[in-house]
Amino acid sequence: MSPVPVVVTGLGATTPLGGDVPSTWRALLAGESGVRALANSWAEDYGLPVNFAAQLKVPAKAVLSGPELRRADPSAQYALIAAREAWADAGAPAFEPERVAVVIGSGVGGVQTMLNGWDTVRDRGARRLLPLTVPMLMSNSPAAAVAIDLGARAGAHTPVSACASGAEALVLAARMIRQGLADAVVAGGTEAAIHPLTLGAFAKMRALSTRSDSPETASRPFCVSRDGFVMGEGAGVMVLESLASPQGRGARIYGALAGVGSSSDAYDVAPPDPSGQGQRRAMRAALADAGPALASSIVHVNAHATATPVGDTIEAEAISQALTETSGSPDLAERVWVSATKSMIGHLLGAAGAVESIFTLLALRDRLAPPTTNIERLDPAVSCRVVRDTPQPLLEQGPVAALNNAFGFGGHNMALVFTAE
Amino acid sequence: MAKDKSEVLEGLIEIIVDETGLDAAAITPDKSFSDDLDIDSLSMMTIVTLAEDRFEVEIPDDSVKDLSTVASAVDFIANA
Repeated sequence: MSPVPVVVTGLGATTPLGGDVPSTWRALLAGESGVRALANSWAEDYGLPVNFAAQLKVPAKAVLSGPELRRADPSAQYALIAAREAWADAGAPAFEPERVAVVIGSGVGGVQTMLNGWDTVRDRGARRLLPLTVPMLMSNSPAAAVAIDLGARAGAHTPVSACASGAEALVLAARMIRQGLADAVVAGGTEAAIHPLTLGAFAKMRALSTRSDSPETASRPFCVSRDGFVMGEGAGVMVLESLASPQGRGARIYGALAGVGSSSDAYDVAPPDPSGQGQRRAMRAALADAGPALASSIVHVNAHATATPVGDTIEAEAISQALTETSGSPDLAERVWVSATKSMIGHLLGAAGAVESIFTLLALRDRLAPPTTNIERLDPAVSCRVVRDTPQPLLEQGPVAALNNAFGFGGHNMALVFTAE
Repeated sequence: MAKDKSEVLEGLIEIIVDETGLDAAAITPDKSFSDDLDIDSLSMMTIVTLAEDRFEVEIPDDSVKDLSTVASAVDFIANA
């Protein structure tokens, strides 16, 4: 029995470049930067070594109602915004509620609610805590909020795998559809973790860029002078369906989520296995899942490429090896265009894999790989072909495929293969 | 010293609107929190917590069950 084809019918996002998918995609193709000086009053306090980040272009308070804002952690707010856009984009299909599922990952969860709640307890006593503190801070609150909002009753799940969470949500969602557990799954990732504690802690690991004098050029994936990632926030959500559903109602189909793969490094809780074999196995699994003939159709890779000194070159090598091994074609890696979009939107942590999957699919739709900005000089250790400052046209005719990677602290590796006719 | 009841009512309505999204005009003193305004117990506790903050009063948990209407809450806060 051949597997049920999983297709994408709706996209939604709120990012540092725009409050929805179309505005984000336009800004991304234009090479704009979503990285700015922190808007928060605490930016200059606490001796933080970093005072910039990629914060939402359109704040949630400009979109949601007062009660929605009060009753949800920002991570759930962003997920709601993205999920509503995605569901409307899919035409708000009239499924049985028991056949619609939600899978929304988050790397950090409701950390702002948790830390603000602790401030309240410490400074003013437990009596001043708001009663919804627990349901707001829990990591599953974005998935629950979206399920409640859409009336989705086939299950609401929350993969937590650091910066691979959003991609893992799509992996699990695809498997749910293939297993017949749901007809539609609203899936993606969300993150709202910009806080002095997280900034300070990531900086302590030397994971963050400290280029405070030039925030918009701070995120430099694949560049010799890269010095860490830029913290971002936002959410990305896709509506996945089994092929028969949108065909039946004549709905627009962006493309297919043709293959999913995952692996674990079992190496270290923070840096990736330097051999890249875990990442390579995830990519090979996704390509094998998509079908052996498909690997040679790959024209584009949206790399995880966060701009940390160690991570980018490991991934670049793993991409080249995985493509070569799977396709059996030694020159495929030299023909594929690789983009590192974190150069513009920063690192959205648990939302990254979902937002970048949207970019991957839109690149196939428009036959245009988005730019990688801020590369002063390409690291000579990067073996793959990287799109630079302007969008790169992709093969104009025929079916095309692209790969998206997302890797998380703890050695969680996810790879997704998208195709478009 | 007792607080001005109309000021308390105005402030309480603001808190309720913020928490529930209800139209301010629908929140009149005779309304029951649970039966008329459909406010559940967690929302009621949120409103109480925010009201304690705003009016600098303490509303003991045991007293909350007696605050069935908007008017009874206004009276309690004004005289606390």
